[in-house]
Amino acid sequence: MRVPGKGLYEGGPSVSFTFNGRPMMGLEGDTLASALLANDVHLVARSFKYHRPRGILTAGSEEPNALVTVGSGAEQDPNTRATVQELFDGLEARSQNCWPTVEHDVMAVNDLAAPFLGAGFYYKTFMWPAAFWEKLYEPMIRRAAGLGALSGAADPDLYEKAYAHCDLLVIGSGPAGLMTALVAGRAGADVILAEEDSRMGGRMLAETEEVDGQPAHLWAEGVIAELEAMGNVRLMARTSVAGAYDQGTYAALEKVGHHRLRQPGLPRECFWRIAAKQAVLAAGAIERPVAFRNNDRPGIMAAGAVRAYLNRWGVAPGQNVTVFANNDDAHRTARDLTEAGVHVAALIDSRHDAPGSDLFKVIKGGQVCNASGRKRVESITVRSVAGEEKIQTDCLAMSGGWNPSVHLACHQNGRPAWDRDSAAFLPVVGMVPGLSYAGACNGTFSTAGALREGVEAARAALAELGIKAPDVDVPQAQDDPYRITALWAVPGKGRAWLDFQNDVSVKDVQQAATENFRSVEHMKRYTTQGMATDQGKNSNVAALAVLADATGRGIAETGTTTFRPPFSPVSIGAMGAGATDMGFKPQRFLTSHGVAEERGAQQLEVGLWYRAGYFPKPGETNWRQSCDREVTMVREAVGVCDVSTLGKIDIQGPDAAKLLDFVYTGMFSTLKEGRVRYGLMLREDGFIMDDGTTARLGKTHYVMTTTTAAAGQVMAHLEFVLQALRPEWDVRIASATEHWAQFAVAGPKARALLNGLLDSQIDSASFPFMGCGEMSVMGVKGRLFRISFSGEEGYEIAVPARYGDSLFRTLTARAEALGGGLYGMEALNVLRIEKGFITHAEINGTVTMHDLGMEKMLSTKKEFIGKSLAQRPGLTDPMREGLVGLKPVGAVKQLSSGAHLFSQGDPVERVYDQGYVTSVGFSPTLGHMIGLGFLKNGQARIGEHIRMVDHMRGLDAVCEVVNPVFFDPEGGRLRG
Amino acid sequence: MRITCPVCGERDRREFTYKEAALARPEAGADLEDWDAYVHLRENPAGVTRELWYHEMGCSAWIVVTRNTVTHAMLGSELASGADLGGKR
Amino acid sequence: MRFSGWRVLKEGLTGNKGWTPHWRNPEPKSEYDVVIIGGGGHGLATAYYLAAEHGITNVAVVEKGYLGGGNVGRNTTIVRGNYYLPGNSEFYSHSLKLWEGLEQELNYNAMMSQRGIINLFHNDGQRDAIVRRGNAMINQGDDAELLDRGQLRRMAPFLNFDNNRFPIQGGLFHRRGGTARHDAVAWGFARGADMRGVDLIQNCEVRGIDVEGGKVTGVQTSRGVIRAKKVALAAAGRSGQVAAMAGLTLPIESHILQAFVSEGIKPLVDHVITFAEGHLYISQSDKGGLVFGSYLDLYSSYAARGNLPMVEHTMESFMAMVPAVGKARLLRSWGGIMDMTPDGSPIIDHAPIDGLYLNCGWCYGGFKATPGSGNAYAHLIATDRPHGAATKFKLDRFRTGVGLMDEEGTGAQHNLH
Repeated sequence: MRVPGKGLYEGGPSVSFTFNGRPMMGLEGDTLASALLANDVHLVARSFKYHRPRGILTAGSEEPNALVTVGSGAEQDPNTRATVQELFDGLEARSQNCWPTVEHDVMAVNDLAAPFLGAGFYYKTFMWPAAFWEKLYEPMIRRAAGLGALSGAADPDLYEKAYAHCDLLVIGSGPAGLMTALVAGRAGADVILAEEDSRMGGRMLAETEEVDGQPAHLWAEGVIAELEAMGNVRLMARTSVAGAYDQGTYAALEKVGHHRLRQPGLPRECFWRIAAKQAVLAAGAIERPVAFRNNDRPGIMAAGAVRAYLNRWGVAPGQNVTVFANNDDAHRTARDLTEAGVHVAALIDSRHDAPGSDLFKVIKGGQVCNASGRKRVESITVRSVAGEEKIQTDCLAMSGGWNPSVHLACHQNGRPAWDRDSAAFLPVVGMVPGLSYAGACNGTFSTAGALREGVEAARAALAELGIKAPDVDVPQAQDDPYRITALWAVPGKGRAWLDFQNDVSVKDVQQAATENFRSVEHMKRYTTQGMATDQGKNSNVAALAVLADATGRGIAETGTTTFRPPFSPVSIGAMGAGATDMGFKPQRFLTSHGVAEERGAQQLEVGLWYRAGYFPKPGETNWRQSCDREVTMVREAVGVCDVSTLGKIDIQGPDAAKLLDFVYTGMFSTLKEGRVRYGLMLREDGFIMDDGTTARLGKTHYVMTTTTAAAGQVMAHLEFVLQALRPEWDVRIASATEHWAQFAVAGPKARALLNGLLDSQIDSASFPFMGCGEMSVMGVKGRLFRISFSGEEGYEIAVPARYGDSLFRTLTARAEALGGGLYGMEALNVLRIEKGFITHAEINGTVTMHDLGMEKMLSTKKEFIGKSLAQRPGLTDPMREGLVGLKPVGAVKQLSSGAHLFSQGDPVERVYDQGYVTSVGFSPTLGHMIGLGFLKNGQARIGEHIRMVDHMRGLDAVCEVVNPVFFDPEGGRLRG
Repeated sequence: MRITCPVCGERDRREFTYKEAALARPEAGADLEDWDAYVHLRENPAGVTRELWYHEMGCSAWIVVTRNTVTHAMLGSELASGADLGGKR
Repeated sequence: MRFSGWRVLKEGLTGNKGWTPHWRNPEPKSEYDVVIIGGGGHGLATAYYLAAEHGITNVAVVEKGYLGGGNVGRNTTIVRGNYYLPGNSEFYSHSLKLWEGLEQELNYNAMMSQRGIINLFHNDGQRDAIVRRGNAMINQGDDAELLDRGQLRRMAPFLNFDNNRFPIQGGLFHRRGGTARHDAVAWGFARGADMRGVDLIQNCEVRGIDVEGGKVTGVQTSRGVIRAKKVALAAAGRSGQVAAMAGLTLPIESHILQAFVSEGIKPLVDHVITFAEGHLYISQSDKGGLVFGSYLDLYSSYAARGNLPMVEHTMESFMAMVPAVGKARLLRSWGGIMDMTPDGSPIIDHAPIDGLYLNCGWCYGGFKATPGSGNAYAHLIATDRPHGAATKFKLDRFRTGVGLMDEEGTGAQHNLH
């Protein structure tokens, strides 16, 4: 409930929201947690395993208990920490992982069975009968597991990603962080100050102390105002730095839309990649609970959180509060409560030398050994020299001390060091290059100390940056020492909880040690301690202390588990922003795309490109009809196809021919100007990388075409050869793939079509097969190559891409006038299979020149990439699978790609496998299906009948092994 | 992770493509053992290594980066053209 | 102690006071018949099968950290037998069969869950490659089915069928594939080996391999010299360093593979689903976390941690395929060190030193291989002949080019597999 006169938001606007359907009121500035506590709601959730009632433990992102689902439908956001969810008008939140209600949860029966469900129980059972694991036990466990639920529908929210760069990243805006940012900001450095809270100020918002004579939160406001006025400081509230990566790269999540109703166009979150030359971690510390019996009851909270709810939000989580601590800091909770008029029944301090108080009763050397009250704490049992006594209370504020938030410092495998005095792990200098520490995260808990370290950290960072630091006085503030005597677990019967969400108790850790899971990693993995959504922020140190005790080792020797990113969980939506719908990869469109769309072409994805599969004509009801027509059209008249996706690399320089000789297996230095040659290139391991043609346009000017798939790879390869292997050669290369639109014009009427467009006519003598040259088409300078992937007289005409659409439309119209037209990828594929031409379906990365029967193209007259390893015995063995043609000769007339080949009579088993089919198509030219494939010793088996089996498609056919060139093997047609 | 391109300066790692350890290519006609070592075998140090990267989304420079494989510290970078990787020819 | 439901019940009723260590913490003896370097999944499985199948129990597994602390404890827990090249095909088939009986064999519930694996395809070329793979799986005697869009939609309605940069055309379904609880696999093998007399020696780092006259004689460790007739390397992630102690250079480059788990959510994903176009694989653990990963960070590293580009690529890939996971939050990310070979396939072979054995190069496929690898490696160590299912994992295949198993067809660049 609210405490009059307390809180930073008192008198502000009120806000209505619902929790579990119940309408409630809160204040602007509230978190869901503070508003629930103001409404006296403590039971908000259930634990993961035993479904024990859970209240609000903390006031920060480390909250392990109060996880709720916000919103509904596709927008529902599970596992939202009530402690960081800002309240807004219309917020709807509900409990999760409970049925039918959080008050009455059927699964709470698990708690009764707890003796049988201890650490690692599932490794020891559910094994009999064997089939029952998957049929019964696992489905049962799966249904019970999980916290909140996703809707199952596509996330309708927007997310963004951004980059930022700065001289100095300051992580945290408490006294240390603000001071660092102030000093660096005044020095003129580019500063980013990131704070995960909605409001900057850190613990200064939660304490009643003063800085430089004014209330700390007002001092903070002044500093923030000064920083805001600087042009060189970027303040990023609601921004949680999630990870520290290499070379000063930090990941951060900014919540943009969580604190208001959705608005069109407003992103929910933005994921930042911050490149910082220097960084200062000023992330504060996280208070840890003490393990005792039933310490998980709603109403038992972190002492610092109770103080935060009181001082920042004006909420008292109870009216009769008790405090249990092992350190001085928690005494402030009792003090602030008492001063605010809230009754403090007692402060129990486990230390015999604890300070006393005039304001409230202090039980020194006392321990809370039990709590009663199932859904809300009602009383605690205190054990002290005076014996055991029961104290009525509706809220216990506990503190086992503070753990410095060293997480980011440990993201690069550095391990923090145990400090006995503060009973905490502290960061070690240099764990993340360029990252230093200031304030509580560095074990400096007083406000004065934090301010001082903030100044020091700024000065050190500025020195690294080469920026002069201004003179800044460290403000005056409380400088009380942090006094603590470690207390991890109160001995006694019953279950004392360490990991609240995963229901891991002290006994579980002890049992793990008994079963020889003594390594801290073993203990974690065996008990699941530290694997909940807080990643052990609340429980790790106590758990390893219990383990250390159980195994007779020290805490330092026992060590920590590994800290891993992210610091706080980050939505997949934010980190994957931009990838939904068409955004996953760029889309590359051809200049002919418009025509293809107008003609209703089916678009196929080819790498990042879209290419027309076929161009349906009226009356055609399936792709085969279109494809057959287009093939026949090319064979009988003329077809036009956009082939611009093939990689085009412009190669110029006196040593260009040397480069070509070095990367192709065949000789290119003998290629004459105005001629084109086909070549294959190998990887250095001797397997085929790619094939294509290279045209010699001038004395020292070549243009290479690659396959669509390998365009980038070949470009990188040529650059590698030129820069790393042969830097002395005078050659320059450039990718020209997108600069030229290139169209295949193929068929008996191809030349006639072109002669209608070209500004000077061509004939077979002036422009023979494998000729090339510059030409002019309707006044535009372009290039013409007489090459063919169809087996017909074929040309590829290239013009600068800006003329592509226009030329394609012209070619289409002219082709149609000649009885031809457009053809797509499907027809192109059939045409090339008819000719036995290969694509990457054949040269799939495991194929050698011998496999293709092209070993004669391995030049013996020169050195080239891959030459040496291509001669390895394993690559030249004639029993390797070689390229063959296949045609069906049995009752089944189908062929299918991906089918395997077997000798007739052999069992269809792996050991008898003879090869596989790579490409198939129906040849309208031949009137049957044809295919290409690889068959063991294939070139020697022409004429053999073999069996083709495709289990996936239910096909079993007899094929004849034939020469892979099905059509016009003499090549008369393409020579025209 | 950020990598310094000798031409462009320090850039985000995603502008670059990694290839492999920076080794000198054997000369034509070298033994199969030498080729095996060049293409397959790797010292693979846990520590300082020299490796080839391609500034593919930048200036297209092939560079040799000296880097620590344990700490990910970047220790230097130079253009591959000056690194004498082409072997005897 | 035999584990069973009855034992859990009995202990529960008597205060869970009777549980005993799953394995001992023995001091190393001065000599063993076999010393296995590496107490990860493969090393422990090897020790188990040496004892269980070959009666060789005078064995030590020496581990520099804690048992199961390597890649067996940091993978995405996927088990499958869906390879297509000879060598891999029969080996992973053998391994999958061992998985299927593992819990009963070990008396340890490793939670092998044959929930099925679906490999999505998006165009005709990918379909044909997947059909080739599926046929190879059937020919090997394993299971595979081709799914069309309709079948897929019923099985995984949350996939992005309607507005996808790479529209889903179908999938290959491998019913016997699935997941297992990774840590429990290591612990089960450890317990099984220990019960049969194998010494599991943790916090014992090997610092040298002793070779005399071309024959291995033992290892030097942080806990003293241990003599051995046979020394077997099973130190994935550090294979190169360990082999170097015997003067060997391996065809291995170490790379980082990151893996990810989300906060627990109620069941959404019932199968393991892979999306080759984005290198993504996803499943959901019994605890409710989405467990997923994608591609190597693609630079050589021993850091067991990665960087943002591949983190983001993974999330982008996930959002592209499953836009319903936008509000699931990444809880933890980590990295494992992968022994990448030039063909993406492993090595189980004699080293060119008498008495020294190699088991390395598992790339990112080591977890599913665990029982098969241990079984085949134990066979090699015990008999000096390769196991019938692992005859092709030879060290010299790169030099000779004979029997390369390049499933991806990306060639001899270590990081591209």
